Amino acid sequence: MVILTAILSRLAKAILTLLAIAVLNFFLIHAAPGDPAAVLAGEAGAADPQFIAQLRERFGLDQPFHVQLWTYVSNVLTLDLGYSFRQDAPVSQLIADRLPATLLLTATAFVISLTLGTAFGVLAASQRGRPADSLITTFALLFYATPLYWAALMAILVFSVQLGWLPGFGFETVGGGYGGLERVLDVARHLVLPALTLGLFFMAVYMRLTRSSMLEVAQMDFVKTARAKGLRGSVIQRRHILRNALLPVVTLAGLQAGQLVGGAVLTETVFAWPGIGRLMFESLEARDYNTILGVFIVSAAMVILFNIATDLIYRLIDPRIGAKA
Amino acid sequence: MTEPILTIERLTIDLPRGADRPHAVENLSLELRRGEILCMVGESGSGKSMTANALMGLLPGGVRVGAGRALFHGGDVLRLTEREARKIRGAQIAMIFQEPMTALNPLMRIGDQIAEVFAAHDRHSASERQARALDLIREVQLPDPEQIIRAYPFQLSGGQRQRALIAMALALEPDILIADEPTTALDVTTQAQILRLILDLRDRRGMAVMFITHDFGVVAEIADRVIVMRYGKVVEAGPAEKVLKSPEDGYTRALLDAIPTGHVPQNAAVEDAPALEVRNLCKTYRTGGGFRRKARTVTAVNDVSLTVARGEVLGLVGESGSGKSTLGRAIVRLVTPDSGQVVVGGTDLATLSEEEMRRQRNKVQMVFQDPYASLNPRQRIIRALIDGPVARGVPKDKARARARELLDIVGLGADSADRFPHEFSGGQRQRIGIARALAMDPELIIADEAVSALDVSIQAQVLDLLRDLRARMKLSILFITHDLRVAAQLCDRIAVMQNGRIVEVGPVHDVFLSPQEEYTRTLLAAVPGADWARETAVAS
Amino acid sequence: MKLWKRFARNRAALVGLAVLIAVIVLALAAPLLYPGGPWRMVQRPFLPPMGVDGLYLGTDTLGRDVAAGIVYGARVSLLVGLVSTLVALCIGVPLGAVAGFYGGWTDEGAMRFTEFFQTIPNFALAIVLVAILQPTLGSITLAIAIVSWPPVARLVRAEVMSLRKREFVDAAHLAGLSRPRILISQVLPNAVSPIIVMASLMVATAILLESSLAFLGLGDPNAMSWGYMIGAARTVIRSAWWLSFFPGIAIIITVLALNLIGEGLNDALNPNLERAGKP
Repeated sequence: MVILTAILSRLAKAILTLLAIAVLNFFLIHAAPGDPAAVLAGEAGAADPQFIAQLRERFGLDQPFHVQLWTYVSNVLTLDLGYSFRQDAPVSQLIADRLPATLLLTATAFVISLTLGTAFGVLAASQRGRPADSLITTFALLFYATPLYWAALMAILVFSVQLGWLPGFGFETVGGGYGGLERVLDVARHLVLPALTLGLFFMAVYMRLTRSSMLEVAQMDFVKTARAKGLRGSVIQRRHILRNALLPVVTLAGLQAGQLVGGAVLTETVFAWPGIGRLMFESLEARDYNTILGVFIVSAAMVILFNIATDLIYRLIDPRIGAKA
Repeated sequence: MTEPILTIERLTIDLPRGADRPHAVENLSLELRRGEILCMVGESGSGKSMTANALMGLLPGGVRVGAGRALFHGGDVLRLTEREARKIRGAQIAMIFQEPMTALNPLMRIGDQIAEVFAAHDRHSASERQARALDLIREVQLPDPEQIIRAYPFQLSGGQRQRALIAMALALEPDILIADEPTTALDVTTQAQILRLILDLRDRRGMAVMFITHDFGVVAEIADRVIVMRYGKVVEAGPAEKVLKSPEDGYTRALLDAIPTGHVPQNAAVEDAPALEVRNLCKTYRTGGGFRRKARTVTAVNDVSLTVARGEVLGLVGESGSGKSTLGRAIVRLVTPDSGQVVVGGTDLATLSEEEMRRQRNKVQMVFQDPYASLNPRQRIIRALIDGPVARGVPKDKARARARELLDIVGLGADSADRFPHEFSGGQRQRIGIARALAMDPELIIADEAVSALDVSIQAQVLDLLRDLRARMKLSILFITHDLRVAAQLCDRIAVMQNGRIVEVGPVHDVFLSPQEEYTRTLLAAVPGADWARETAVAS
Repeated sequence: MKLWKRFARNRAALVGLAVLIAVIVLALAAPLLYPGGPWRMVQRPFLPPMGVDGLYLGTDTLGRDVAAGIVYGARVSLLVGLVSTLVALCIGVPLGAVAGFYGGWTDEGAMRFTEFFQTIPNFALAIVLVAILQPTLGSITLAIAIVSWPPVARLVRAEVMSLRKREFVDAAHLAGLSRPRILISQVLPNAVSPIIVMASLMVATAILLESSLAFLGLGDPNAMSWGYMIGAARTVIRSAWWLSFFPGIAIIITVLALNLIGEGLNDALNPNLERAGKP
């Protein structure tokens, strides 16, 4: 019951946020240099005055400002993200086709980075000051400073070009004609490098936080109580320190979800992964602003979903939250 | 006499290099017998907690046992492997700590945290552990055992948490219970209950208790024998009766003198003209309100009226949550009261606008509780002393000269003006806080727990200063404290506060010796070591 | 200086500082080292590193000197990183300070606003902003500032909220100081240390963001930058690895140096935290 109202209030907030983003989009279109209609038409429409006139009418650009705003926002809320003249298809259609690939990529990267990140963080904290700790923290520092797209390029160079272990391009083997399990394995092989390179940076983030959080919790009074009970070190680590140390990690994971989705643009660009990130890049090259804005809204929606998910996880771990509401 | 269950011989604990002294504890020897309560007394940094930690094998990193042994059941508990030490911890020697608020894992149910002790030592089946946890919860007299066992720590009060911790410590019927300042963070009435519980359990189970405290009142309440420590060394040891009545060591005597013994002074004659009149003051807090949530209201100050006469010290006593601090802050307008009047020198401060109030700020000044938080760490002392006067329009030179003069008066010397707060000790900072209040030439000073954060010997010095200033400058003071013994030392009249109301006001002599209200009697009875009537009988 | 002594105790931070100074010197000396600028074609395209005298890092697809590009790229990275961080501080510090100090509805409104910006995927927002405003150094800097101020506001708010409850702030009220004056003269000076630490880490993040935008083709077309070099070389990664490899190393070294400095500053400015980390 408490959880249900929590979800409902989060959803209400999510819709408000999306609304605000739609309004922001609207202002961005108007902030762009030049005629908003030309902005919406993108490069494709720029040459054709008839197109522009059509657009002007469709978006009511000759109407008063607030009417335009209302038209735009209500369009967005009914999932009408406009039309891509460049690709000759509705933006929502383009995005719907590409969304599953992005969800697969980001979810995999999220899970990998969170599990490996916390695991290494725990290991480093328990080995504090020893070689394993130095090794892990050094690598984390390095990953933390490495641009995502560069790591992706180097991964292709090493694992795909030089060693030939894994494919470095696309979602599946073109013309492979695989079905069933074979296809799943084929996609999985294609997924490895993009997911790992996307997850690398976030793994470093979670690892650093887990480590410092573990060390901080280890100082707390209740850990001393646990030791005074005669509990074994491993039990104290797991039951008392880790659970409490995970709380800030989960909070951060929610906050970082936005960056994860943004990072997908880079990863998908490098690996030609057919997701909405790649779509954004293609639209950038084609100056297809309508599609860019559509992808922007959808990625914001994805972030909100990630946030709700981490919020619920937090509730499961921490009894204090549910009781206070 | 029975054989000692624990014998510590010439224990020395080494501190890491770079610490302020080489040893936390030096050459400590003691014996602890079954059924006996041994109090280790000392001020902060005396090494009493380190001794306990050493016995538990829980010394912090860098600190190690340098020499000596501690014989327990024929073995030396200071020379155990981690594995052997774990078997003893919680099972044969158990420990409870000072901060019940943070000593429980916030994410685990109380029952599970108790049952965990059995699991750690592989006793009983899972269901039996829960049943025994329930028994223990009953034994430490927690209310609603069936509910408490499933509750999380945040749902319990401080006193209840300390009971839960005691339940854990008792789980495996240890031979020794080490209690490290277990009641310091609690209110007096809660403290009294916990002390009674510990005495009770000792009688019923016959275990030995090593009780660490800084409070001689608590010692008088429960100790069979006493060890007094200072800078890691034992300065005096012996039966409680003897140490309390006829201490041999100078330091012990100083400590005993320093604690307000309950000598109730005769009231000083005060003028009739009031320095402060509070009429029907109310302040209600709303918390936690918001979308679809009901706001909780707490009436912190409920229709309070009181007066402080010119030259009088009025003590405002009460437990935490009684509203005494809110009342003090409402009088200086750090919080704005909902209704009522605060009349100082003919002006009602409660209804002034923020701008008008700023101009009247000098009328009431405050001395704060925490010497480490009450001075801006990035400013020289002089700034704290002249900011107020300068804002009132006093010329800078004049304010500076006055500030140096005041620093001299509070016993710090004028040259301390150009130093930073971190160069001063806690007691010295409190003196600076007093000088800061005086710099504004106030008609009334509110001292909010002004000596509560200090060690007893320092406490006594600051109280002496206040007494001296009061005589020299004819100060009117509202002295807010939770500590009745401190209030008895300084105040002319006492006001007792409970749940936002003043329940009793009267001359200090009357309130202490013939309290009219039930709550006042409870409060007085709870003060550890107090026997007001007897003390006064000696005094008069 | 006590502060410098504490900072210098962290050897990694000293190394970071040395590296950063070297990068700054290179960036400043770029016109002296390569008077022809980064865009000049100096040799045949696709010359591998160390192949021809004086071209230690090889040439790119158009025969431009990769080393010249890296040296000039440092100017863009450092400039954008620094300026965007300053702009972000100018947004985040006042907002967080006012929200934390005044509380109530001010706080509520400011925090909802901040939360909104934190929910938006910040890299995607930066892309949209730069794409629509057209890529120039100014728009890139602004976009990065707009996506990076929310953590500053939150940090400052949290610091101010805990500071304003301290008794020395109460004492300042009792001294009759006005509220704005208390915020500026009593509260904010005590919040400076964490802000400095965060700022040093933000410069690093901003450099990464700038390079990512340039990689996607959203760099200032008139300024050579590391991200642009890697982006342009993306399609020839199989034949000319050095074109993306060296600019990437330049980014890593610079960002790493800034992160190390940030950690050193953290140890130096918040000695309590360092102590808390010990067993």
